[in-house]
Amino acid sequence: MSDSYVNLVNSGFTKTLAKRLGLPRPAHLRRHRQGEPLVPGPVLVVSDAASGDAADAVAQRLLDWDLDVRRHADPAERHGAVVVVLTEVSAPADLGAPMLEVGSVLRGLRPGGRVVIVSRAPEDAGSTATAAARQGIDGMMRSLAKELRGGATGNQVVLTGTTAPTAPSALGALRFLLSARSAFVDGQPLRVADGGAEPADWERPLAGQVAVVTGAARGIGAAIARTLARDGATLVVVDVPAAGDALAQVANEVRGSALQLDVTADDAADRLVEHVRSRHGRLDLLVHNAGILRDKLLANMKPATWDPVIAVNVTAPLTITEKVLAAGAFGDAPRVVCLASTSGIAGNRGQTNYGASKAGVIGMVRASAADLAAAGGTINAVAPGFIETDMTSRIPFATREVARRLNSLQQGGRPIDVAEAIAFLASPQAGGVNGQVLRVCGQNLVGA
Amino acid sequence: MAESRSTSTSTSKARSPKATPTPTTDGTPRRAVVVGGNRIPFARAGGPYVRASNQDMLTAALDGLVARFGLAGERIGSVAGGAVLKHSKDFNLTREAVLGSALSPETPAYDVQMACATGMEAIVGLSNKIRLGQLESGIAGGVDSTSDAPIVVSDALRTILLDLSRAKTAQQKLAAVARIRPNHLAPSAPTTGEPRTGLSMGEHQALTTAAFGISREAQDELAMASHHNLAAAYDAGFFDDLLTPYRKLTRDQNLRPDTSAEKLAKLKPVFGTQLETPATMTAGNSTPLSDGASTVLLASDEWAAERGLPVLATVVDAEAGATDFVHGRDGLLMAGAHAVPRLLARNGLTLQDFDFYEIHEAFASTVLCNLAIWESEEYCRERLGLDGALGPIDRSKLNVHGSSLAAGHPFAATGGRIVASLAKMLAEKGPGSRGLISVCAAGGQAVVAILEAA
Repeated sequence: MSDSYVNLVNSGFTKTLAKRLGLPRPAHLRRHRQGEPLVPGPVLVVSDAASGDAADAVAQRLLDWDLDVRRHADPAERHGAVVVVLTEVSAPADLGAPMLEVGSVLRGLRPGGRVVIVSRAPEDAGSTATAAARQGIDGMMRSLAKELRGGATGNQVVLTGTTAPTAPSALGALRFLLSARSAFVDGQPLRVADGGAEPADWERPLAGQVAVVTGAARGIGAAIARTLARDGATLVVVDVPAAGDALAQVANEVRGSALQLDVTADDAADRLVEHVRSRHGRLDLLVHNAGILRDKLLANMKPATWDPVIAVNVTAPLTITEKVLAAGAFGDAPRVVCLASTSGIAGNRGQTNYGASKAGVIGMVRASAADLAAAGGTINAVAPGFIETDMTSRIPFATREVARRLNSLQQGGRPIDVAEAIAFLASPQAGGVNGQVLRVCGQNLVGA
Repeated sequence: MAESRSTSTSTSKARSPKATPTPTTDGTPRRAVVVGGNRIPFARAGGPYVRASNQDMLTAALDGLVARFGLAGERIGSVAGGAVLKHSKDFNLTREAVLGSALSPETPAYDVQMACATGMEAIVGLSNKIRLGQLESGIAGGVDSTSDAPIVVSDALRTILLDLSRAKTAQQKLAAVARIRPNHLAPSAPTTGEPRTGLSMGEHQALTTAAFGISREAQDELAMASHHNLAAAYDAGFFDDLLTPYRKLTRDQNLRPDTSAEKLAKLKPVFGTQLETPATMTAGNSTPLSDGASTVLLASDEWAAERGLPVLATVVDAEAGATDFVHGRDGLLMAGAHAVPRLLARNGLTLQDFDFYEIHEAFASTVLCNLAIWESEEYCRERLGLDGALGPIDRSKLNVHGSSLAAGHPFAATGGRIVASLAKMLAEKGPGSRGLISVCAAGGQAVVAILEAA
């Protein structure tokens, strides 16, 4: 599961050699560790002329987080992050000045640095020129993300409606994208509406929340359980009875409870509801992580390879979410997070079944956002790209090497990276993110 | 909390006044409830658990229980458990398993040993402590490995080795070593032989089987039902919340879902082959040597309610029995049949007042001989001192989800397997339902118990 190439090109003689040969040199990514600073250096806040007040307001909030905030670019400074506020741009010509200012400090951006652009949704623009400018930011951000090195990432908070850049949901998204928690999120626009709330404790934003994670016995599911527990949630971990021993280990590690359950069983939702109701009274976070692969070219596909993939990956999340909603088992601000996949966005040879299921998840998330909003909650999906797991470690070496490097960070992500994105979407500060698909793919070329 | 307890207690009283246990000194009978259980699948000796020690298996069973009920880091009042085949290093087996588990290290534990009734005796002991108010929670466990059985050296060699360890001078040491003879080196593996009769358990049961004239067909039929019932229970997901896989085993290894009367009829008898009557006991209608572990979570109603945990059944009462098998007066494994009438009398019940009967299938004929005793006017009057026969039971209520013939029988783990399964069956059956358990044991003993839906 480890990517030894990353170690090779980052230490000793092989580092020099890789440099000389011009080989790709993926960096060690900055990942969350309790007590470490939010960003690895001073934060520069840049804006176009019209967004100056908004930028000041954002800068003030960054100061509240005890960050070292600068409002003027100093090319000699080594910044930890650049926040670009472009909420009030009205024409494509407005983008030049602030972006060139950003460009002047990029060479000094520290390893693991961040560039986060805060902008508004093109479809909300009052004029065509404004829409063009806002849409332009999207292409600009994606291109910039591909230029960044040293494990730095570029992402975008896209405010919808009249959401203020200092709204709790906007700041929550900004903070996530600045933090080490978003290590493998790169080149992504994250659409944010009003809603959500700042957590009482940023280190434990899920304190008091009851979370269910399906497919939690190993891999990404186990990482999700650990991460939600780290953020304060009480865990109920679910997996098929045959994975019960690994599931028990995870449950005991996170001091939660294990529920051996096949999510495709007719009574799965009932048993889940019964378990959370009797043990905890309610359910706050539901993570549909359980998923399977049965790759076959469509020409060779049989019901035995098609049906289970659909049943586990999309029918079960659909049915269970509906039944939990209908049973009224959710708490006041439910959060549902599903696992989609870049295969569901871009397709993948031999994965018509898997692609159907994962794109189906995306459709489900978009279509049920309104229902969840009516219940005071949200539903979102995370689409992982190439993640280093037991599953991907079985891909043949050459294919795996290529797949790993095909993204802006030139490496595979880790289960924790997917888990961090899910923990964010499950948090109170993500209350304004609904019906979205957040890619955790290091800006993979596939499906971009 | 106190209110809800008194409510539930009074309901239980109203339901079956005669089954109410003797009140404690302050006059408030308190219930000991079965919250649930967990076991690992049982394996055949030399199977997938061949490298697993008793401690490994008991720890795994505990960890699965802890996970199911979200008890990681919790201090449980007491964990009681044991094994029949124990290494001397396992003198504190249960405590060591607790220390290796996810439970709080502040959880005390003690070992119990009553041959195959070890698990039952652990459950009864903890239940009584809960009813007395000495404990709020307890975990009963049992484990056995016939694969990792202790092998001891001969008594003669042991004496020499002990002398050697006490020897001070080189001369004394040499003298001790010089006493060792080749025949001393043959190890003694544990057997199921009774020390006082030299007969194996199977040979003892063969005597009883012959005495009661239990037919081969009847035994095979019971064995087949055990396999079919257990397989059906697995298929229905009955064990989804009673079992946690271990070492890649997800079902009991001994289970043969497709066994049939024809297949069982083909097996050669292995016990009673020296008797005058035809031998009827085969590998198919006798339990195999097995490896495995089980646990049961017991608690007061309050403790369970505070954690939102289920309350499946109450442990109503229990009775131990023993027979005079040494002098050939009784069967080795018939103590359950002797203990049940006393238990019924104390609780004002008849043998027919039960929805489920769980009679441990040490051998198919053990169960059938038990039933024969209860149906025998003569035996019940003359040997048990009753007014008449206890009568027949409804066989459709017997071992309905299979028993040891299919699941296997890791000696000390059987009690926990039965109690957890029966408690779940009673909870599913609903209020007022009642189950009778009988587990026979080496030394002519047995523990019988009554469980009632909580």
